[in-house]
Amino acid sequence: MNADARPVIKPIRNGVGAFAAMKAVFARDLKVAFRQKQDLLNPLLFFVMVVSLFPLGVSPEVSFLREAGAGILWVAALLSVLLSLDHLFRHDFDDGTLEQLVLQPQPLFLLVLAKTLAHWMLTGLPLVLLTPVLGVMVHQEGNSIAVLCLTLLIGTPVLSLIGAIGAALTLGLRSAGVLLSLLIIPLYIPVLIFGTGTVAAAADGASVGAYVALMAAFLVLAVTLAPFAAAAALRISLSNG
Amino acid sequence: MSEPLLQAVNLQCERDERVLFRNLSFSIVPGTVTRVEGPNGSGKTTLLRILAGLNDAWSGDLKWCGEPRSSVREEFQRNMLYLGHRPGIKSLLTPMENLRALMAARRPMPDDVLRQALAGTGLSGFENVPCRNLSAGQQRRVALARLLIADEPLWLLDEVFTAIDADGVNAIETLLQQRAAEGGAVVVTTHHDLRMDGMKKIVLGGGAADEC
Repeated sequence: MNADARPVIKPIRNGVGAFAAMKAVFARDLKVAFRQKQDLLNPLLFFVMVVSLFPLGVSPEVSFLREAGAGILWVAALLSVLLSLDHLFRHDFDDGTLEQLVLQPQPLFLLVLAKTLAHWMLTGLPLVLLTPVLGVMVHQEGNSIAVLCLTLLIGTPVLSLIGAIGAALTLGLRSAGVLLSLLIIPLYIPVLIFGTGTVAAAADGASVGAYVALMAAFLVLAVTLAPFAAAAALRISLSNG
Repeated sequence: MSEPLLQAVNLQCERDERVLFRNLSFSIVPGTVTRVEGPNGSGKTTLLRILAGLNDAWSGDLKWCGEPRSSVREEFQRNMLYLGHRPGIKSLLTPMENLRALMAARRPMPDDVLRQALAGTGLSGFENVPCRNLSAGQQRRVALARLLIADEPLWLLDEVFTAIDADGVNAIETLLQQRAAEGGAVVVTTHHDLRMDGMKKIVLGGGAADEC
């Protein structure tokens, strides 16, 4: 018949692998972020400002800052990650890139993981890199600074991953800010407690091995579970949009 | 008649306690262009989003090549191309970067091919201009450039003619017709007058729906 004569478009059997697709998502997010530098600087500036306001607003005493410094840095880092979360999916949602992402043949949770990793590289990692400077500013000792950096290095990816769930859930709302904070802060508290607890233990000269192991367990849990939850939340948000 | 790619049986969708359509059954077979018709608010976009798998608020059966779509989701997504109201173009990236990123997930292409596709939609000379400096129509053309190199058997196109000039509309019509002749299946929603031979229609509106 006629149908046999014409060239037939064949179903596609082999697609692009998940890893290649993750790399593409990651690379695009970094490229977009570097085109919009003020979005990159915002969380960093916020971090520096909050930390430098404490000596001015509370007390510049060395004893106070040595005691509270690690906590101040952790809280400031947590808030600055929270501040940047709304950007994680919002722009993609508005311009339709997110629809295309959800419709990609690769598993969505892997693509979400790639996006979250890019988000951490752009917000969490710079905070960790700035921490030694700010640590010196609030009179932390060398050992404490090292442990502080380590806890933030393990802790900030957890913050990004948990935050991705909240950002995905509140995507359909016009002003998600308050709800996002309310949803996410309770889940951030354990990370904060163990993060600052580790530094306090190090300052007392105790062994931090157990603390660090526990934080690493948080990270493993977040990496394995949060992308699934965030991917499911994205589907729900898009379904209503 | 060849085997239908996508088959809908008794689709029903409610939105805000209003029934958009019920008992909607149709098949999308290779080699056809199907147009979804209906007044504003009759659920054309919703139907297309349901078919694409973006909207889950529906009941009924959707089958891809005879299998329930939910059980062959990955295969379905690999073989389906959806272009929505929002073109999926990042305004900070150039047309070239956008197209490369979109194709990277499906079928990576050498830059020459991408450049040709952009030229084919009238964007030669704009390859490396950030998309936010382009007009609305040009941004849509970046998304449409995908159609020139896409090989997915099923295309779902929502209002593709928005902001496109008359020549562009003609070019897309020709492309869709050619696509159908090659054995692809296309579903479009549009308010433009499409003149194509053998075009199928799905008419929405008034709660119930008829297929022609």
